[in-house]
Amino acid sequence: MAKSTITPRSDLTLFLGFTAVVLLMPLWLQPFGAAYPDLMQKFAIFGLFAIGFNILFGQTGYLSFGHAAFIGVGSYATVWVFKLMTMNVIPAMIFGVLVSGVFALVIGFVCLRRTGIYFSILTLALAQMSYNLAYSVLTPITNGETGLQLTTKDPRLLDAAMDAGAGIPPTNVFGIEMSAWDGLFGFYFCAAFLILGFYISIRITRSSFGSMLRGIKTNQTRMMYTGLNTKPYKLAAFVISGMYAGLAGSLMAAVDPLAGAERMQWTASGEVVLMTILGGIGTLVGPVIGAAVIKYAENIFSAIDKSVLVELFSFMPDVIGSGLATVTSLFVGKGWHLTLGILFMLVVIYLPGGIMEGIERIKRRLFGKDHASNDA
Amino acid sequence: MDAIFLQILNGLDKGGAYALIALGLTLIFGTLGVVNFAHGALFMLGAFCAVTVNKVITLSAKVRDESVTFFEAYKDVPYLEMWLGDTGSLIIDWSIPISLVVAIPVMLGVGLAMERGLIRHFYKRPHADQILVTFGLAIVLQEIVKAFYGANPIPQTAPDFFSGTVNLGALIGMDLTYPTWRLVYFIFSMGIIAAVFSFLQFTTFGMVVRAGMADRETVQLLGINITKRFSIVFGLAAVVSGLAGLMYTPILPPDYHMGMDFLVLSFVVVVVGGMGSLPGAVAAGFLLGILQSLASMTEVKSIFPGIDQIIIYLIAMIVLLVRPRGLMGRKGVMED
Repeated sequence: MAKSTITPRSDLTLFLGFTAVVLLMPLWLQPFGAAYPDLMQKFAIFGLFAIGFNILFGQTGYLSFGHAAFIGVGSYATVWVFKLMTMNVIPAMIFGVLVSGVFALVIGFVCLRRTGIYFSILTLALAQMSYNLAYSVLTPITNGETGLQLTTKDPRLLDAAMDAGAGIPPTNVFGIEMSAWDGLFGFYFCAAFLILGFYISIRITRSSFGSMLRGIKTNQTRMMYTGLNTKPYKLAAFVISGMYAGLAGSLMAAVDPLAGAERMQWTASGEVVLMTILGGIGTLVGPVIGAAVIKYAENIFSAIDKSVLVELFSFMPDVIGSGLATVTSLFVGKGWHLTLGILFMLVVIYLPGGIMEGIERIKRRLFGKDHASNDA
Repeated sequence: MDAIFLQILNGLDKGGAYALIALGLTLIFGTLGVVNFAHGALFMLGAFCAVTVNKVITLSAKVRDESVTFFEAYKDVPYLEMWLGDTGSLIIDWSIPISLVVAIPVMLGVGLAMERGLIRHFYKRPHADQILVTFGLAIVLQEIVKAFYGANPIPQTAPDFFSGTVNLGALIGMDLTYPTWRLVYFIFSMGIIAAVFSFLQFTTFGMVVRAGMADRETVQLLGINITKRFSIVFGLAAVVSGLAGLMYTPILPPDYHMGMDFLVLSFVVVVVGGMGSLPGAVAAGFLLGILQSLASMTEVKSIFPGIDQIIIYLIAMIVLLVRPRGLMGRKGVMED
C-alpha cells in the first residue's frame, strides 16, 4: 500500500495491462488447458462478481454473507426479459442490473443500519430468506426447484413482431449469437464487461467517493464526528456492489439462458468471499485473480477421479501407490470442497492479504523495500 | 385451540436444538470474543458420534438364516447379539443414550483441539478473520464427514422404550398426542441448559469464568489463568452443541450439511436474543422454534403463503431494526 507510486499514469498502465491480459486469455491459457470458452466465461463473470464484492467488503469494510442473492435476482430478471420480450441480451441485461440494483437498495437500507457481525448475519438472513422464497412461494416467478427455463411457448413479443421462427432462438447481441466464433464471442462479450467493471472500480477507488469508503472502513465513528453522514456512502457502495453482482448474474443468464435458486444459496455467497480473500482484499486486481484461481482449480480438481490418481501413482510400489491414491482422492473430484476449505483456512491464517500480499512479499524480498509496488 | 398447543409443543424440540447451539455460541462469544462459524459443524459432529457408535455396535457377521428352508439364505446378525443374546439387542436398541457417554469426551477433545490449535491464534485478529477461518474449518469438517459417511442422510432410531407417542392432553382434557422422543429431547435440552447455568452460577470455576467475562484483565491481574478456563469453556460449548446434535438424530436423520443449516438459524437466534446474553440465547431459541412451528400451520399459511420459510429471518430483521441489541443484549457488546 505504498502511496508514492499511485499516479494516473500507473493506473493507466495497470488498466491497459489488465485489458491485454484478459483479451489475450484464449492464447496464454492454452498451455494450462483452460482456454475454452465455458471456463473463460466463468473467469470473467466471477471476476466481475468479486470486483463488485470487493467494493463493499474491501473498500467499505462490510462483510456481506448474502451477496449471491443479487446474482440470483439478476439472472431471474434477465431470463424473464428473454421470455417476454426478446432474446437480445442487451435490454435483458440492462433490466437485470436495474432490478438487482433496486433489490440491493432495499436490502442495503435494512442491513446497513447495523455494522460488523450484525451486518453479516442480517445479509445472510435476508439472502437465505430470498433463497427460501424462491424455492417455495415465488414458484410462479422462479419456477422453484426446476429453475427458470425458456420454452417454445414464451411470448417474446419483440422477437415475434420481427420474425416468428420455430423453436427457442439462441441468445444474441443484435443478431450475433453468443455461441458465434466457436463460443469465443460469448467470452469476449463477458470480457468486455469485466474490463468495463474493472475500469469503473479503478475510478471508484481513486475518487473522493472511494476515499470516503476507505474512511468508513478505517474508522466510521471518526467520520461521523467530523459531521459527515456516512449512510449515503455506504448505501451507494452496497448498491454498486449489488449491481455488479446483478450484472454477473445477467451474464450467466446471457451465456446460458436459465436461472435457478441454487445460485442464491449462502454457499455461493461464501464462495465470493473466498475469491476476494484469496486474491487480496481491497486490492484492484486481487479479486479477479482469486476468482480465476478458484474457478480454474475447481475445474481441474473436480475433474480428477480415482482412476487418474491410480495411474499417476502407478510408478510407485503397489501398496504405497494405492494408499496414496486413496488419500489424495479425498481431495479431488467430489471432495474438491475439502481442498477449497483447507486452502481457505491456510490463506486466512498465513496470508490475510491473499495472493497479492504474497506477490508483494516476494517482490520485497527480491528487490528490497524501495520497490514495494502500488496497491494494484 | 388443540392445534395451537400441539404446534407449540412441536416447536419445543426444534427450539431446544436452537437454544443449545445458541447457548454454545454465546458462551464462546462471551468468554473468548470469537464468532464461531464452525459451531454448526460441532452439532453435526455430535450427530455423527451417534452414527459411529451405532455402526460399531451393530458390526455384523453373515449367519445362515435357519427360518428359510427352501434355499440357503443368510442374514446379518450383530456380534453383540451373538455373544450376549438379549442383552446385546438391548444395547443396540439403546445405542443413542450409549453414544452420549462416548460423545462427551470426544466433543470435549474436539473443542479443546479446535481452540488450542486454531482459534487461539485469532483472538487479536478482526472479527471478519475469525468468521472466515471458522467458516473454512466448517467446510473442512463437513467435507471430511462427507468423505467417510457419504452424502445421504443416515436415519437413526430412538430406543424402543421412547418410540411411539404419548398423549399429553389426557391430564388437562385435551387431545395432544406427541412423539415421545421429542418430549425426551425437550426435557434433555432443558436439563443441559439448567446444568450449564448452574455450573456457571454455583461453582467456583463458573464464578471465575463469569468474572472473566465481565472483566478479563482484572481477573488476570489477580493471578488467575483465565485463558485456561476459557479454553475449557470452549470445550464445554462444543460438548453442549455436540450432544444437541446427537440427541437430534432420531428426529432428523443426520447428513453432512445439517450443521450449516442449523448454524445459520442459530446465529439468527443469537442475534435476536442479544449477542453475549445467555438467557437471551435460550429464550430466543425456544421463541423462534415455537414461532416457526406455529407459522407452518395450514391456517396461517393460507393467510400468508410461505411464511413458514421466512418467519425466523423476518423476526430477526424486525428485532434488529427495533431493538438493535437484541431482546436481552447488553450494552457495549460487539458494537465496534
